[in-house]
Amino acid sequence: MPDQKIIKGNQIVADDWTVLRLEEGQEPATAEVAAGKVIVPLKVWQAQKETLAGRADIGVWLNSDERPEELTEELAENKFDVIAVNFPKFTDGRGYSIAYNLRKRLGYTGELRAIGDVLRDQLFQMKRTGFDAYAPRPDRSIEDALKGLTVFSETYQASVDDKLPLFRRHVRTTGVREHNDIGSGI
Amino acid sequence: MYQYDQYDHLIVRERIAQYRDQVQRRLSGELTEEEFLPLRLQNGLYMQRHAYMLRIAVPYGLLSTAQMRMFAHIARKYDRGYGHFTTRQNIQFNWIELEHTPDILADLASVEMHAIQTSGNCIRNVTSDELAGVAADEIIDPRPYAEVLRQWSTFHPEFIALPRKFKVAINGALEDRAAIAIHDIGLTVVKNEAGEIGFKVMVGGGMGRTPIIGTTIREFLPREHLLTYTEAIMRVYNQYGRRDNKYKARIKILLKAIGAEEFARQVEEEWADLKGTEETLTLEEMERVIAYFQPHPYEALPAIDPRTGHEDNKAFANWLGRNVKAHKQPGYAAVILSLKKTGVPPGDATAEQMDFMADLADRYSFGELRVTHEQNIVLADVKQSQLFDLWKEAKAHGLATPNIGLLTDIICCPGGDFCSLANAKSIPISAAIAERFDHLDFLHDIGDIELNISGCINACGHHHVGNIGVLGVDKDGSEWYQVSIGGAQGNATAIGKIIGPSFSAHQMPEVIDRLLQVYLRERTLDEKFVDTVQRLGIAPFKEHVYATPITEPGRLVGEDEYA
Ligand code: HEM
Ligand code: SF4
Repeated sequence: MPDQKIIKGNQIVADDWTVLRLEEGQEPATAEVAAGKVIVPLKVWQAQKETLAGRADIGVWLNSDERPEELTEELAENKFDVIAVNFPKFTDGRGYSIAYNLRKRLGYTGELRAIGDVLRDQLFQMKRTGFDAYAPRPDRSIEDALKGLTVFSETYQASVDDKLPLFRRHVRTTGVREHNDIGSGI
Repeated sequence: MYQYDQYDHLIVRERIAQYRDQVQRRLSGELTEEEFLPLRLQNGLYMQRHAYMLRIAVPYGLLSTAQMRMFAHIARKYDRGYGHFTTRQNIQFNWIELEHTPDILADLASVEMHAIQTSGNCIRNVTSDELAGVAADEIIDPRPYAEVLRQWSTFHPEFIALPRKFKVAINGALEDRAAIAIHDIGLTVVKNEAGEIGFKVMVGGGMGRTPIIGTTIREFLPREHLLTYTEAIMRVYNQYGRRDNKYKARIKILLKAIGAEEFARQVEEEWADLKGTEETLTLEEMERVIAYFQPHPYEALPAIDPRTGHEDNKAFANWLGRNVKAHKQPGYAAVILSLKKTGVPPGDATAEQMDFMADLADRYSFGELRVTHEQNIVLADVKQSQLFDLWKEAKAHGLATPNIGLLTDIICCPGGDFCSLANAKSIPISAAIAERFDHLDFLHDIGDIELNISGCINACGHHHVGNIGVLGVDKDGSEWYQVSIGGAQGNATAIGKIIGPSFSAHQMPEVIDRLLQVYLRERTLDEKFVDTVQRLGIAPFKEHVYATPITEPGRLVGEDEYA
C-alpha cells in the first residue's frame, strides 16, 4: 500500500507497513505472512515464531483482550520496531491500559501504533498513554485527526507522556479568580 | 471551598473549546450520532424522552451562592425555569437544546463549574457527606480528598472508556452519610493507632440490576497513596472488567467473579509498581487543597436552645426537630432546606427558589450550600440565634417542610415523565403517597423512614436501599410497582427484600399504609420501621399487605403474578 498515510509523532507521514488481519476461519499457524514490512496479530507471531523471528521486518499487534505481558521475552530482546494495539471499537478503552503497560511496565520504546476504530477525539488520550503513531479510520480525514492531538495544553494526572502530575510540575498557588466579580455575567 | 487556579481554569476553557467543536461536527454531520454519543455523555448530555438533559457536576455537593445563582440563570435562560437536584449531588436540566450546550458550559465556567464526566463510562463526580466539615461526628473533613480525586480523575487518559460508569464516594465521619457501600469505590477516612490519616477502601458496591454491597479490600491506606492505589484499582478493572454485557460490566461483577481476595491481590500487584512513584500525593499538595476547606470564621457563641422565646410554636419545633442538625461549633447548626413539599417532584427547585436559597446562604451561612443525596439542600453554618428568622423566610418560600428523614422525604428518580429508560412513572407515585400522608402528626409519629422510588431497575432512585423501596416494572406494556422492605443506607447498609407480586399505581398509597399499620402494631418503644422489619422479617408485612384485596376499578391486589 504505497500511498497509505499515518500520523507519526505530530506529523502525517507515508507508511510502508501492512497490517495483517486474519479472515474468518483463517488459522494463525497457517496464515500466510507476505514479504515486506508486516504487522502480524499476536497469535500469528506466537504460532509462527520460528520462521518469523529471523525477519527484521515484522511487527506485532495486540487486540484489546490480549495481554502485553505475553511479549515480555521479545521485549527484553528488543525484537520489534513496531507494536500496534487494535481498538475494535472506539468505546473500548482497554487499549489505553495496554499501551500504558507496554511503556511503563515492560519498557517498550519502539513505535507504538493505534489501529482499528481510531477517531480524532481519542488521539489525545492515546498520546498520553504512550502511543506515538496513529492510523485513523480510513473514512475520516487524517488532517482533521491531527487536530485531536493538541486539545489540551495542561493535564492533571501523570501518565506515560508525563510522569509528573500537575502538582509536581508546577507550583500551584491558591485560587486565582479570573474575574473578581465571579458570577456577575449572569 | 475550593477555588480554581490558573490550571483549573485553563483545562475547563480548553474543554469548552473542544466540546464546542464536537457539537459543531455533530451538527454538520461529520460526527455520526453513534460517535457523538460517548462524547456528549462524558459531558453529561443525555437524550431523554422529550429533549436533551444536561447534568452539571457539583463536586461533593458543595456550592457557592454564585454557582447556585448560575443554576437559576440556566433554568431561566435555557430551560423551563426549574432544575432537578439528583441523588449524586448534581443538578439536571431537562429541556436543553444541543446548540445551547457550549454556551451553558461557558456560563458555568465563569463560576468555576462544568459538566465533565457527569455521565459516560468514566469516573464520575465524586460524592461525599453533605455535612462534611461541620458534622459533630466527623473524624476528618473528606472534601480535600474528594477534590484531589476530582482533579486526578478529570480527563484521566487511561480511564475515559471504561467497561461501565464508575462512582466514588468518600466519608469522613463516624456515621456514613455518603452511601459509600453502594459505590464502585467507597472510601472512609480513618486514623490509625499512630494517628496517621488514611482510608479504608471498599470496592464493588452498586445498585442497578444486581445490587451488591461493597467489600473492604484494604483496612488502611495511608492518604498519600490515595491516587496511586485508586489508579491500580482502575487499571485492573479497565483490563478485566466485562465488556460483553453492559449489565455485567460494573466492577462489582468482576469482584464477585474472581473473589475479593483475588481482586485485592491483583490490585496490590499493580500498585507495587506505582507505590512511592512521583504520582504519589505530596504533603504540600494535600495542604494546598486542605487550606481551601478551613472552618469559616465562626464567632465564639454560647450554645443555646433555639426554642427559647418560641416555646409555643409547634411548627417551629417540628422543623427544628427534623431539619436542623448538630454542628461542631457551639452556637451554630446545619439546616436542611426541604425540596420535598407535597405537590412538587422530589429534588425539583424553581429558578426563584434557587436564587432565594442563594440569598439565604449569603445572609445566614457564609455564602455556601450543599446538595444532599436525598435531594435536599443544606445551609451548613447557621447561627442558632438566627434559626427562627431563617425558618420564617424558608417557610414563606416552600422550603421548610419539616419532613427530613420522614416518609414524605422521598428519594425519587425522574421516571417515566422524563427518562427514556423508565418502565414506569415515579413522580406521580411519590406525589400520591405524599398526598395520602400529608399529615404531620402522623408522619412524626412514624419517625425515621426512607422511602425510595425508581422508575426502572437502574435504581437511580436508590430503591434497593430504601426502608421501603418502590420499583417501576413493565408488565405487558402497563406500569406496575414492585415493593421491597428492609433496605437501609449508611453504616448498616442493606438491600431490601421484595414482598411479593407488584401493584398498580392506584394501589400504592394503600400498600404503604398497610406496611405502616404492621409497623405501628408491632413496634417496640423507639424502634424505627427498618428495625422492626429486620427483627420480624418480611412475613408479617407481606401477609397484611396481601390479606385483603386493595380494590381499584378492574383489579385486585395480588392478581398480578410479577414477582
Ligand atoms: C434524578 C436523575 C438521576 C439520578 C439521580 C441518577 C442517579 C443514578 C444512580 C444513583 C444510579 C445507581 C448507580 C449504582 O448502580 O450504584 C443510576 C443508575 C443508572 N442510571 Fe441514573 N440517574 C438519573 C437519571 C438518569 C437518567 C435520565 C438516565 C438515562 C439516560 C440514567 C441512566 C442510568 C443507568 C443506565 C443506570 C444503571 C447503571 C448500572 O448499570 O448499574 N440515569 N443512576
Ligand atoms: S431509575 Fe430508571 S427511570 Fe429512573 S432515572 Fe434511572 S434510568 Fe430513568
